[in-house]
Amino acid sequence: MKNIDSYTHTRGESIYLDDITTLQGTLYAACFDATIAHGKLISIDIADAELCEGVVKILTHKDITGQNQIGGIIPDEPLLAADEVHFCGMPIALVVATTAHEARQALKKITVQIEALPVITNAREAASKNKLIIPPRTFCMGDSAKAFADCTHVFTGQCDTNGQEHLYIETQGAYAIPQENGNIKIYSSTQGPTAVQRAVCKVTGLAMHQIEIDVTRLGGGFGGKEDQANTWAALCALATHITKRPVKYALNRMEDMRMTGKRHPYSSDFKIGLNKELKIIAFETTTFQNAGAAADLSPAVMERTLFHCTNTYFIPNVTATAFSCKTNLPPNTAFRGFGGPQGMFIIESAIATAADALGIDAWVIQQKNLLQTGDELPYGQKVQSEANECWDKAFEQFDMATLQENVANFNANNIFFKKGISVMPICFGISFTNTLMNQARALVHVYTDGTVVVSTGAVEMGQGVNTKMVQVVANTFSIASNKIKVNSTNTYRVANTSPSAASATADLNGKATLIACTNILNRIKQVAATELNVAVEKITLQNEFVYVENVITTLDWNTLILTTYNKRISLSESGHYATPDIYFNKSKEKGHPFAYHVYGTAITEVTIDCIRGTYQFDGVKLVHDFGNSMNPLIDRGQIEGGLVQGIGWMTLEEIVYDANGKLKSNALSTYKVPDIYAVPKQIDIAFLQTQKNSLAIFNSKAVGEPPLMYGIGAFFALRNAIKNFNTQLRPAFDAPLTPEKVLMNLYNKYAVENMPVPVA
Amino acid sequence: MIQFILNNKEIKTSLPKGTLLLDFIRYHQQLTGTKIGCREGDCGACSVLVGEIKNNELEYRSATSCLMAIGNANGKHIVTVEGTNIEGLNFVQQCFANEGATQCGFCTPGFMVALAGYALSKNEKNITTAIDAINGNICRCTGYKSIERAVATIVNKLANNKNVDVIGFAIEHHFLPSYFLTIHKRLLALNEVIENTIAPNNNVKMLGGGTDLYVQQHDTMVDSNIDFLFDNQKLKGITQVGNICYVGAAATVTDVLESPIFLQFFPNLQKHIKLVSSTPIRNMATIAGNFVNASPIGDFTIFFLALNAQVVLNKSNNSRVVPLQQLYKGYKQLAKADNEYVAHFYFELPTPNSFFNFEKVCKRTHLDIASVNTAINIITDNKVIVTAHLSAGGIGPIPTYLHKATNYLIGKTIDTKTVSACIEIATTEIAPISDARGTAAYKSFLLGQLIKAHFIELFGLHFN
Repeated sequence: MKNIDSYTHTRGESIYLDDITTLQGTLYAACFDATIAHGKLISIDIADAELCEGVVKILTHKDITGQNQIGGIIPDEPLLAADEVHFCGMPIALVVATTAHEARQALKKITVQIEALPVITNAREAASKNKLIIPPRTFCMGDSAKAFADCTHVFTGQCDTNGQEHLYIETQGAYAIPQENGNIKIYSSTQGPTAVQRAVCKVTGLAMHQIEIDVTRLGGGFGGKEDQANTWAALCALATHITKRPVKYALNRMEDMRMTGKRHPYSSDFKIGLNKELKIIAFETTTFQNAGAAADLSPAVMERTLFHCTNTYFIPNVTATAFSCKTNLPPNTAFRGFGGPQGMFIIESAIATAADALGIDAWVIQQKNLLQTGDELPYGQKVQSEANECWDKAFEQFDMATLQENVANFNANNIFFKKGISVMPICFGISFTNTLMNQARALVHVYTDGTVVVSTGAVEMGQGVNTKMVQVVANTFSIASNKIKVNSTNTYRVANTSPSAASATADLNGKATLIACTNILNRIKQVAATELNVAVEKITLQNEFVYVENVITTLDWNTLILTTYNKRISLSESGHYATPDIYFNKSKEKGHPFAYHVYGTAITEVTIDCIRGTYQFDGVKLVHDFGNSMNPLIDRGQIEGGLVQGIGWMTLEEIVYDANGKLKSNALSTYKVPDIYAVPKQIDIAFLQTQKNSLAIFNSKAVGEPPLMYGIGAFFALRNAIKNFNTQLRPAFDAPLTPEKVLMNLYNKYAVENMPVPVA
Repeated sequence: MIQFILNNKEIKTSLPKGTLLLDFIRYHQQLTGTKIGCREGDCGACSVLVGEIKNNELEYRSATSCLMAIGNANGKHIVTVEGTNIEGLNFVQQCFANEGATQCGFCTPGFMVALAGYALSKNEKNITTAIDAINGNICRCTGYKSIERAVATIVNKLANNKNVDVIGFAIEHHFLPSYFLTIHKRLLALNEVIENTIAPNNNVKMLGGGTDLYVQQHDTMVDSNIDFLFDNQKLKGITQVGNICYVGAAATVTDVLESPIFLQFFPNLQKHIKLVSSTPIRNMATIAGNFVNASPIGDFTIFFLALNAQVVLNKSNNSRVVPLQQLYKGYKQLAKADNEYVAHFYFELPTPNSFFNFEKVCKRTHLDIASVNTAINIITDNKVIVTAHLSAGGIGPIPTYLHKATNYLIGKTIDTKTVSACIEIATTEIAPISDARGTAAYKSFLLGQLIKAHFIELFGLHFN
């Protein structure tokens, strides 16, 4: 089934936040933010700005009617700076004016006095000064210290991954509209309507039932609109609460880039031990997460780094410790993979280090250590593994032996160009690691004309979740999809939602929808049984007709629905789903946090231009564990898109802050995401279709985040190509591998003074 | 008063002529299909088509409406995604829907518009030209593969057209609505009555395509008193007189790319220009605008520095010639008075003994600003260099003519020793800084590599 939004998307008729018809009297907001990364806020002077044409109100922390607090996990983030500023881009004041242009013009008249304090942008430096968001956490299995003594080979090293800008093409924004009795309705471009609702309540002092959040769709989210959408909604709502006027704020690109957090940079130390059969016996890592100036989702992101720092390998002795470090950067946040990719990069770097030293290809080590069903991960969960199935299928179907041979031949015959190849297997856990968030609700109404409306907590942001919701309804009722509409995500229809995140949205909301539909189905089947005078067990619905023992009757869907209504039987239902069997004990750091895992293996081939340092990915060939995909068109799109986003993170996408914490890569002209020429020439995706029972909706495994991690293969393919130019080279594990780093590595130019300073 | 046709509707507006077309479309006409992604021409979400009559033919090019003043739309046909809609999905839209080539949908209208423009273009229809048409459109969701699959089907369809009537074909095959048939006539009628936009007097801002000014001064442009140079016929045209080529100040990059003169004398032009911006930006950006923007990494400034271009500056009745080499006084400082404007520039066309090459490396190979760019033009006589021009950008405050390295090359034999010495000298006359485009050490080293690349490309030299 095609994406149900494709009709309006391609015609330019889909409504995003900035497309909502504005009400008469709408005011426009613009944010005044800090240009110093750390300092004491001595004074804010808004007098001149208040006199500017069109300005209706300027809000500072003094105007906040509730609490000046938007921190989600930890209450450590003021909405508007009060005593101190903690990062460049931190909101200080909000101008509200009759046009957006006037609001932005007035910003120029605001002055602040800030007494500068020392700025920290580096995670290790923050850790050394004990500036931590939460105490460090350690995941432990076996006894790594003891196990190293038994290892034939032991290697140590360091690796770094930089952040990543989400670059949803639709920027952040919100539109607040006053309702009767002081209530407020807010349109928000958010992945987490309930999180927005809570933040608005805290800031305004209103109660949750007074606040309605409505989300039609996002022009991309990728995690960037999970917690970070709260600020703009809270600011608009506060302005509406005070002015009693509709207030809208759609950020411009540079505001968005400098004021919002990104993927967390990490800097990690590792130690890996192997026996003589190349089995990894012991692994230790200490990783430093650059959280930015406030917690945001960092503790949860850090936790997932620990969950995934052994990727898809069985390692009996593991000690992994993570520090969430407080720096003077915008609070870093969720981004597709949520710390998992950073964790996987550590073990892959460790394996590459071992391979370098042993003079073998990394995939020799990778293959020998893949998870087998029943193996236990460091956090105590025993896996149902597809790791070997994916790996073997990839090597066989894509003929790895020939690929290797071709690369070797090419390299032997070319001086200015070299190829490199890598293998990247993945294993990604599906569920929110915070167990309580694994719940969802859906509201299904069947109308008397036989049409259906479904509301869930899922937010459509391009991942196709609404299409999958339609499939759940259509499949359960056996009716045509054009009879089904998915409503906007609205906190008055579905309450207390978890954000659309963790790849789990379709599973959680799909199962809730399935429950609601099944309950209605059971009722109407009973009606049909009565009407046809047969036992209810014999009734099925197929293609909008009632069947008795698989024989069609004259009773059709529309008539059955009307009959049900006439009998005063409810055609509405709310379904509630909570993922079974998952738990996690944080004091022991053990449990069964994931409903299931998703596996896959990607083979990446790249060609580098050894004169210029530029490169082109020839192809990525991968086998992905889809379970039994309920929508191959949408799922393939997720794999391709996730992979390319991961490649971007590992290659072109370079976030640059200066030493004062000011973002230098602050526009699309200085921060480069892949364009159509930058993507691999060829992406081959083979489906590992399995029928094994899982907690996925219709056994169709979650696809949102896992493919991003295939992109890590891009780094190692490039690194191998550099080594193929000069076998003596050992490029640092410092992602992204931009053309600059490739060139400087090729010619071994990283003398100490030229070394770029990682922001982690 | 500005007048143009927007989709199927005649527009007359007295808004400031510097108003951005994007804002006009979205907030004055409520056509919200055109999206705002970056407002600096780097994402293509706001793409529109600009149709105008050239040589008695209606011709369409794509443009980013975020950098286009409505003053530059005067007398033209502007097409947004809404203007390409027919009953049901049009052919391009249907292909995208079938392939799942739209996910969040925010970038999609830009692709739709760019591909409608492609359907209307007279380009040879193949995958390469089709991808070129959408090379200014960024998608963050799909990874582009589904888009490529959709484009393949579109190309197959368009390749069937053996007819020159692209508009008729596009309508017949459901690419576009039928009102496009009426546009030619309506534009002719409109151009009978439109006001000349060139009328300002004092404190004027001279505006070409807008691709630099609207990025850097977007706040103030709307209310500025603007002299619109883009459609000034006196500033148009690329001509050859003897061995001299004259390029009008309003000539765009696309004009250069399609110029028979350039195509004849610069066989690698396509390859070089592919490294510079994107199709919609090339359709808008003027070469002269690139010169006066004075960016230290202006690609065409570097290109024409190596061709030793001479710039003709006009002011009321006066005219003078400044060598491009001498136009730059310091960072963003020009040897040009505020009331002077570039009328045209000229340069000697390459001879059979000329060797020209352009190199550019940036983080992303396409649609990016150079870390370092460089161009070289050499005339040889029996393997000995008799004339040389070597330029480089990104290695100092101005687009740099590398005088010392150039002087060194003259009289030398072409071999790796000469190149190595040239690089060493070039390195002494540059002063790169570290920024988002690279560290100073990198830029310095990269320049040397790109000088090597010139000699590898031109003479097949072999470096160890």
